[in-house]
Amino acid sequence: MAATAPFLGRLLKLLIADDSNVIRRRIERSQQVDRLQVVRLASNGHEALELFRQTDPDVVTMDITMPQMDGNEGVARLVEMKPHVRILVVPALADKATAVEAMEKGANGFLSKPFTDRQLNDALEQLIAGA
Amino acid sequence: MLEEQDIRAFVYGTTQYFEVAAQQAATVGSPFLVTQGAPEIHDYTGVITVSGRRDGVVHFSAPRGMLTVLLMKMNESNVTHDNLRDLVGEVANTISGNVRRDFGKVFVISVPTVVSGHAQSIELPPGCRPMVIPINWRSHAAKLVVCLN
Repeated sequence: MAATAPFLGRLLKLLIADDSNVIRRRIERSQQVDRLQVVRLASNGHEALELFRQTDPDVVTMDITMPQMDGNEGVARLVEMKPHVRILVVPALADKATAVEAMEKGANGFLSKPFTDRQLNDALEQLIAGA
Repeated sequence: MLEEQDIRAFVYGTTQYFEVAAQQAATVGSPFLVTQGAPEIHDYTGVITVSGRRDGVVHFSAPRGMLTVLLMKMNESNVTHDNLRDLVGEVANTISGNVRRDFGKVFVISVPTVVSGHAQSIELPPGCRPMVIPINWRSHAAKLVVCLN
């Protein structure tokens, strides 16, 4: 409960990190969660960290297989910077080991590609439930 | 050498992609081995390098028209060359990543590289025999090529 208190009732800032422009735009366009507002889009792990520092988002969607820095390392670095950030990992990798690793690094949710708009919104709703 | 269950994993990954991402199923033709040379490619080809327990390449090759309609089905109005390149890489990446459901994390995939144009062929690792999985979606034909040692 203490971990989610900083978000209570306010608009949440969303950062989208994926090396595919099509996917970044798809998430930006499809997300319909009332409390979420997309603040920035990042195309690799390094850029995600940089934009995270600049914009201080509350929620991040993160791909795993990205150039320069993979998503799991990115997840660990984001959690170090802001322990109560909510992270939805959105990889092409669909195996359980990848999901477990992401959760162990500090992710809060896992949605493998491809996904429907409904699956995306359900995952985001679940991610911020109670926040 | 690919076994039947390996091919089934790629076929499932391919049909799943179109069914979920485009909300419209694709049909997959009978997979076949290419015995001479490299398979022909379409306008855009996304290439994934595989390492780990298996090594080789997986590529998804599609004509411009198919990728354009696929983007439109995803409600994407930007159908420029750059976005078509992006999409073909993403399809290759997603299909390859999804087969880890069956192959596990020892099936390591690279970020995609993309080739545009028919003139270039895709370099295949020595010794592997490419398996072509024909894909039909709406009126378009594409292919997934799997070449693993």
